Amino acid sequence: MKILYFAWVREKTGKAQEEVSIPESVNTVTALADWLTNRDEKFAEVFEQRSAVRVAVNQEYVSFDHAVSDNDEIAFFPPVTGG
Amino acid sequence: MIRVQEEDFDLGLELSRLTEGNHTIGGLCSFVGLVRDMAGDEEISAMTLEHYPGMTETALAEIEAQALERWSLDATLIIHRYGRLQPGEQIVLVAAASAHRDVAFDACHFLIDWLKTKAPFWKLEDTPGGGSWVDAKESDNSAATRWDQPTTLIDDDNGVAG
Repeated sequence: MKILYFAWVREKTGKAQEEVSIPESVNTVTALADWLTNRDEKFAEVFEQRSAVRVAVNQEYVSFDHAVSDNDEIAFFPPVTGG
Repeated sequence: MIRVQEEDFDLGLELSRLTEGNHTIGGLCSFVGLVRDMAGDEEISAMTLEHYPGMTETALAEIEAQALERWSLDATLIIHRYGRLQPGEQIVLVAAASAHRDVAFDACHFLIDWLKTKAPFWKLEDTPGGGSWVDAKESDNSAATRWDQPTTLIDDDNGVAG
């Protein structure tokens, strides 16, 4: 699974992207966020306020209950501020 | 047409290209977003725009497709820049051309409202206190929700163009 991080999420996690192998039990965005937080405490600060984080699966906005699988591209980022 | 680019754009050139050769167009409406030198009472010395390559293009294409579905448009254009920009520089251009002005105004307004809440860009402002990520504004969300209901196509064939 490829995971990308943008804006302050990227700064807090200290990485722009990574490849991870997730266990089968990690099958939703919420489960992935929990798994990432358990793996690295830097993610706790990102996910402590989940309403402040947006997620895309395969470049489409989804909610945290959306399914994820090992072939997906996931991205975590703040609400967008372009224009 | 959509473009995501680091370099600046020539507004006049872009708009003339957009309508070139199409004489059914009676109205062209454009919006250009610029970098301000103040945010609240804080001075901004520069702004860096980050984006999500790939998803950005998809999101902008979907926004444009939605405008073309809702209104009778002859041409649309979205250009959005990324990278480091100075105050006064152009960030974004949206434009919509149609036979009549009402459609062009509405579609242009729609394009920028939806872009602001749906296109994956993030602004980092350089302030005297360091870099500061711009927070999403509730007013931008409410501006976008006014377009939640698909607009009835305006069938206005009685006025002069423009």
